[in-house]
Amino acid sequence: MTPSQTIAAPPPDKIKVKVDGREVEVPRTVPDPITGKPIPTTMIQACAAANVDVPHYCYHPKLPVAGNCRMCLVEFGTPALGPDRRLVMNPDGTPKMAKSPRPAIACATPISPGMEIYTSTPAVKQMREGVLEFLLINHPLDCPICDEAGECKLQEYSVEYGKAESRFIEPKVHKPKAVDLGPRIVLDDERCILCTRCIRFTRDIAGDDALGIVNRGSYSTLTAYPGRQFDNNYTLNTVDICPVGALTSKDFRFQMRVWFLKETRSICTSCATGCNITVGSREGRIYRYEPRENDAVNACWMCDYGRLNYKWIHREDRLTQVQSPKSRVQGRPATWAGALAEISELLARAPQGSVAIIASARQTNEELYLLKKLADKLGAATDSIPRSGEGDRLLLNADRNPNAQGARLTGICSADMGGRIAEMARAIEKGAVRTLVVFGEDVVKHGLGAGLLGKLETLIVSDILPNETTKLAHYLLPGCAHVEKRGTFTNAKGRVQKFMKAIEPRGDARPEWEFLHELVSRVTGQQGDANLEGLFNRMAKEVPAFNGLAWAGLGNTGVTVSL
Amino acid sequence: MNATHTEPIPNPLDRQAGFVVPAALEAEIDELISHYPAKRSASLMVLHAIQDRFGWISQEAVEWTTRKLDLQPIHVYELVTFYPMFRQQPMGKYQIKVCRTLSCALGGSHPLHEHFCGALGLDHTKHGPQTTKDGKFTVEFVECLAGCGTAPVMMVNDDFYESVSHAKADEILGKCK
Repeated sequence: MTPSQTIAAPPPDKIKVKVDGREVEVPRTVPDPITGKPIPTTMIQACAAANVDVPHYCYHPKLPVAGNCRMCLVEFGTPALGPDRRLVMNPDGTPKMAKSPRPAIACATPISPGMEIYTSTPAVKQMREGVLEFLLINHPLDCPICDEAGECKLQEYSVEYGKAESRFIEPKVHKPKAVDLGPRIVLDDERCILCTRCIRFTRDIAGDDALGIVNRGSYSTLTAYPGRQFDNNYTLNTVDICPVGALTSKDFRFQMRVWFLKETRSICTSCATGCNITVGSREGRIYRYEPRENDAVNACWMCDYGRLNYKWIHREDRLTQVQSPKSRVQGRPATWAGALAEISELLARAPQGSVAIIASARQTNEELYLLKKLADKLGAATDSIPRSGEGDRLLLNADRNPNAQGARLTGICSADMGGRIAEMARAIEKGAVRTLVVFGEDVVKHGLGAGLLGKLETLIVSDILPNETTKLAHYLLPGCAHVEKRGTFTNAKGRVQKFMKAIEPRGDARPEWEFLHELVSRVTGQQGDANLEGLFNRMAKEVPAFNGLAWAGLGNTGVTVSL
Repeated sequence: MNATHTEPIPNPLDRQAGFVVPAALEAEIDELISHYPAKRSASLMVLHAIQDRFGWISQEAVEWTTRKLDLQPIHVYELVTFYPMFRQQPMGKYQIKVCRTLSCALGGSHPLHEHFCGALGLDHTKHGPQTTKDGKFTVEFVECLAGCGTAPVMMVNDDFYESVSHAKADEILGKCK
């Protein structure tokens, strides 16, 4: 083969293919989603690189390929070779294509150099129609009561490739409905299209080989073993990847039509992993968390524990009123302006070292930075409260604080979080510390008992829910859940990630960074930034670990800083 | 959690009180497993060995096999439900299998099946294997028994019969004591 007859030489690890006439260069191999070993790049990945959407059900980029749904059938051709094994050329000098007489499933067919993939031919359209007609044979027409409606691949592809009328006049196969598959999952087997995504997820990602398909042919049925509940900490991911409404979340089903949900990019706060999430909310109410893809953190997954940990946001006993000693006497809520003026005057007057601050590693980087600034001005000792549980090998971190690294990097605490609490207790006992500022932690449970807090001249507390510490507070400042404000967290691996506001705070509650900014400005006399972008960018300049970061540069998936 | 009605995971597996694998059978199964590089590969052979001894595969048998092969119960459950020759209920002493694939269907296997059902008081319109109340006979349709030239064909347990007329069928039934 002479060089002129070869296909324009790409780098050895890249392959050039054409998708619907558009040339793309893709890697020859990609890492296996489970083992990470290089495996051949497939047509569907080449199509994705060319921004061509190939309909599919069973294929999922993070799961092993099953190739069972047949929805991704495409036509293709490879460069024709003559009897001399040389490329046959067209008169215009391009290689002649030998079009395959049969289609191939794009998800499981490796690409080869010079291959042309055709995804929009009349034959491909007919194949999609055929596959879809078969999938719909036994599928119930219950979209109006199905939770998946609005985000159902079967529904979406039916609009594109479906027929308005069924040609199937035979009796339909009936399967189990509303099966209690596990504590968080309900299964409707009649809606299942047997793509096996859930089986592969729980086997290969979650490591709990609990699901399988029993029976045969049109009676094939997804199930767990009778008497063995599908119950690991990652079961709800199967609801996300189910392309139809077969697997539904007990928590979310029948609660809200998905098209009414406002989607907000956020971060899970249940542990230090910082899984990226999408918050689904409507009219000030959170309906669900769903994982949001971020290959640097959580791929496409999140744990059930984190996903369902949102109900406290709507608890009836949320703190919604500002309180001050005067307001308690008068029996009515204080105003923010009044309380902040009193607190800042009080702090400004406090002798150096007579104030201590306990911040929460559930607060944002910006808030911790502001508290540290306040502490520096007052010569105050600072610390935070560790929070730990059992971790696992997948996503759940043993550190249950979402921003423990942020607390360390901003200097609120040392590597040994909580190590200074005992010292603070002694200082309060001795009367050296007379003012304590507590954010988001029930310190009564963490070594600063009610008796000790009673010795303080002033206890300033900001929290979201009532607890023993808030009961003792002289000044109570109602704060916000993370879905009610913006900010950034630094996860266990040092990834700084931002989250956006989904709903309005309750009552008089305000984002902590807002009133902290006011407080810090008044106490230090320095005008800071009254907007979050400016605050973040200023923090990035002043906190060495965050140097070089900018709010705008965080993007949707964050930036990793060195710890 | 909302309180909508749900059903437990369906369980078609029957229970077998006092299921114990005798030491001799277990030794045979251990030997079978030793033929395979991975224990799981022996699944079908182990199930056959159990069915040969007990006549069917109960829930206890599925769970015993699961433990024996270090698998999850769903793996064995999938196999048992996939292959109709694994029996999920006790079968009759005589298992009559009538071929219904094309040649036999053309050669009269449906009337033959109906004839057996009629003679034994079973419902020929029902799907799947049916066993007489006394547990003596099981009648079912099966797919091709590879005797297309002598349709209709059938089997009683491991014995093969060709060109089975209704008279011959009665004769076969008569021999089953």
